[in-house]
Amino acid sequence: MIRFDRVWKRYANGRDAVSDLTLEVDRGEMVFLTGHSGAGKSTLLKLIALIERPSRGTLVVNGQQTGTLRRSKIPAFRRQIGVVFQDHKLLMDRPVYDNVALPLVIAGVPEKEIGKRVRASLDQVGLLGREHSRPIELSTGEQQRVGIARAVISKPPILIADEPTGNLDPDLAVEIMNLFRRFNEVGVTVVVASHDVHLIERYGARRVVLEGGRITSGNAEPDLPHMQAST
Amino acid sequence: MKQWFERHLQTLVGSLGRLWQHPFAALFTILVIGIALALPACLHVLVQNVRAASGGWESALDISVYMKTSASLDDTRRVADRVRQRRDVDDVQIIKADDALEQFRKGSGFGSALDALTDNPLPHALVVRPDAGFREPAQIASLSEALRTLPGVDIVQLDTAWVTRFNAMLDVVRRIVLLAAALFALGILVIVGNTIRLDIENRRDEIEVTKLVGGSNAFVRRPFLYNGFWYGLGGGLVAWLVVAAAIALLSEPVQRIAGLYGSEFALRGLGLPGSAVLVSGGIVLGWLGSFVAATRELRGIEPR
Repeated sequence: MIRFDRVWKRYANGRDAVSDLTLEVDRGEMVFLTGHSGAGKSTLLKLIALIERPSRGTLVVNGQQTGTLRRSKIPAFRRQIGVVFQDHKLLMDRPVYDNVALPLVIAGVPEKEIGKRVRASLDQVGLLGREHSRPIELSTGEQQRVGIARAVISKPPILIADEPTGNLDPDLAVEIMNLFRRFNEVGVTVVVASHDVHLIERYGARRVVLEGGRITSGNAEPDLPHMQAST
Repeated sequence: MKQWFERHLQTLVGSLGRLWQHPFAALFTILVIGIALALPACLHVLVQNVRAASGGWESALDISVYMKTSASLDDTRRVADRVRQRRDVDDVQIIKADDALEQFRKGSGFGSALDALTDNPLPHALVVRPDAGFREPAQIASLSEALRTLPGVDIVQLDTAWVTRFNAMLDVVRRIVLLAAALFALGILVIVGNTIRLDIENRRDEIEVTKLVGGSNAFVRRPFLYNGFWYGLGGGLVAWLVVAAAIALLSEPVQRIAGLYGSEFALRGLGLPGSAVLVSGGIVLGWLGSFVAATRELRGIEPR
């Protein structure tokens, strides 16, 4: 589903955020990315969401090469990936409903259906009935859940999250992680970056450890080049 | 198709709602656009009216043909018949010497002095009106040349020089109006473009998020285009009001002046086609200005 093949990412300041990274995430798999801040977790996720392009190497996401994808195709590409951020990136001046509905509005879904799906999505994250609140009136945990509702409303095959529990106390963090787990159980490929090792250990999912832009453990497919032909 | 239409309608109304949230900022932009549109529009109306008013001076193109005093009324009639048959002549009027004297006596105030004359010193005369298709200066000149050679004709007088000059000046003014309109149009593009650029800057976060969840450039641009549309429409309507107000203020005194000159001239406004051009021109400029600015600005905003 997601395949990094010797990917490098060098930023304009000359720093290599990701070096020689090879990683394969299967369809329907759940993967945790861990490592200290600055290890390259965020860059890896940005590469998947095509916020950044690889400087070298190839990255294929859901059958599309991100390195050579035309600019005009990027919006359609992003619609198949749900993204959750640590700072949730909600529109603070719009009600919850507008925030969650945004991906559907972009996709041109009819208004009637949007309403139904927004409520369904909010129900999934336990926020049914809050659609007319402003994000500012919600707690941090609730805001994060609005962000998740927005990320999954268009039923993307891939869901990525960058430190989704970073600002939350442990109980809330578990709640959020359980949400990701549930989406994974219905077939969504989930990649979550988190430095909270204790939290991650509660889940049986594969762990990929990054250090200084390289994978130090957890790469289940060391013989990746041979597998490419079959995928 | 219906959905597409619905979505655009929604964005259209939505962008109006957004402008409504900052009524003063929007109002100022609209006023600036309106005034910038109103200036060339007023000049245009002025020129149109001057042309309409001067249209009544066609008679100034009439050629006066004075017969020799020796020519009899019959001679004059014969000449008039010959002239009337010319292709480039619309009408010929004979002014008998006696009538001319009578008119002069009434109009000039020299009544008693004229009574002292024993016989009429005035000749018979013809007033020749050139045909509408033959009013170019060169054509008028050749006609008057031909009239001069007719038997019994003494003096041929035409007083078209100043009309020609006036029309030439009016032409210059019309060009100036066009030039001013073009400059103001450019100014409006810049004003709208700058306003939209600021709008975009203010909503940078929102644009980033929208692009992040898969919004295309066209999608994020759409509300700004509609903002431009509203600015342009508002500006066009303001300009129309300014022109209408100017005409309302001026029409009464102008009519009075016209009355003093015995004319039934009345100020004309933009009319329906002119109004349509003004308002739609505003819309086009607003839309275009925001299109250029938004296309340029939005390309630079990408999620980080």
